Amino acid sequence: MRTKILILGGGLAGTIVANGLVRRLASEIRSGEAAITVLGNTPRHMYQPGLLYVPFGRAREQELFRDERTVLDRRISLIIDAATRIDVVNNRVHAQSGRSFDYDYLVIATGSRLAPELVPGLAENAHQFYDLPGAKKLRDALTDFKGGRIVVNVNAPHKCPVAPVEMALMLDEFLRERGLGGKFEITYTYPIGRLHALEPLANWMVPEFERRGIKSQNFFNTQAVDGDAKTITSEEGDTLPYDLLITIPPHRGAQVIEDSGLGKMGWVPTNPKTLLCDGTKNAFVVGDTTNIPISKAGSTAHFEADTVVDNLAMLVQEGRWSRDYDGKVFCFIETGMNTGTHMWFNYTTPPQPSPPTQMVHWFKLAYNRMYWLSACGLL
Amino acid sequence: MSNRQTVDARNTFCPGPLMELIAALRASTVGDEVEVLSSDKGSIDDIPAWTRKVGHTLVSSDNRGDHFAFVIRKAK
Repeated sequence: MRTKILILGGGLAGTIVANGLVRRLASEIRSGEAAITVLGNTPRHMYQPGLLYVPFGRAREQELFRDERTVLDRRISLIIDAATRIDVVNNRVHAQSGRSFDYDYLVIATGSRLAPELVPGLAENAHQFYDLPGAKKLRDALTDFKGGRIVVNVNAPHKCPVAPVEMALMLDEFLRERGLGGKFEITYTYPIGRLHALEPLANWMVPEFERRGIKSQNFFNTQAVDGDAKTITSEEGDTLPYDLLITIPPHRGAQVIEDSGLGKMGWVPTNPKTLLCDGTKNAFVVGDTTNIPISKAGSTAHFEADTVVDNLAMLVQEGRWSRDYDGKVFCFIETGMNTGTHMWFNYTTPPQPSPPTQMVHWFKLAYNRMYWLSACGLL
Repeated sequence: MSNRQTVDARNTFCPGPLMELIAALRASTVGDEVEVLSSDKGSIDDIPAWTRKVGHTLVSSDNRGDHFAFVIRKAK
């Protein structure tokens, strides 16, 4: 009997799982005992971390995209047909076209989406760089910017936890390099009582922000934006004026998760070690889609995907479990236009960033190209 | 009728218990309760301080030896 593996989502997590599995199950696929299908809603695969460079003119659109078909191994079936309902009781996924797909094993990798509509006035009045149209619009705004008050506003939950820090630091350097030093003021807002969720990073940011003259406002959970008055107000009662507002909007999971009753706000309740959807034995969840309280980031998706590949391959071939996910996350952090640092952590080891160097910045730039090897399951 | 959900943020470093609480409350309605489990000692100060500042209700705070448990009711 053929083992049918269905992967929902052609982002980084789904693509790594698919490409990893096809190699591990090569003989089963060749003999027809196993089949892998990716069900996605777009034929294009985007390198999302590259969006950070677009507002500064350091990345071109064509560098960020490849056809998903060329990223996936040819032995994998790719179907572009958005999933509309996931039925984990009957092992079936329904799609927009009316087709349905049965599976023996399911991998849910439907990701997250921007939800600025959760904050009144945010979508209409704030710039963001978490999708291509937003990043290009911000690039145009920065080109026209002649000086004034900039607010970099962070909302929870959001993916890529270090991107807002990188934006603030790169923006400061970018504007100084354009000769606008002394003509602008950056204020960085953050939801909790320090500058970043990662305490070592927050501690590093304090003197760095002071040195650069970047202001900050902690305990700032956005309540509303007033586009006429050009102010942003927090639930905590603080109001900040702005000339240019850059937000990291709150995120939510895919609509299909909510429509299927699988998880509030689109996050699927997931065992943090097995990565199985709660209440199931054959539905894995990877990447931003989980409700596991760790970073929603590409590296998280990558390390989770590696774990799922090991376990799914072992289940198909030997009917047993391979290993648990240890919570590993790795982040590069750009600390300006020419320096960077990195950190890693897992469920038992706290993060400890190293001093920024130009070498790490170059390595991050190199990784921007090597990403495609990760997606292909080679790195 | 109000609901209660538990967020188990023990042994997690990013985004951490308070950010998880904020995200959970964003998805809740007024009157709902969120229980947060944290092994971060900083939560003893952070979570009650933020709850007071925003105006939600700290229903309980409990030291369970190897972790802390906080229950917060969404007030607005």
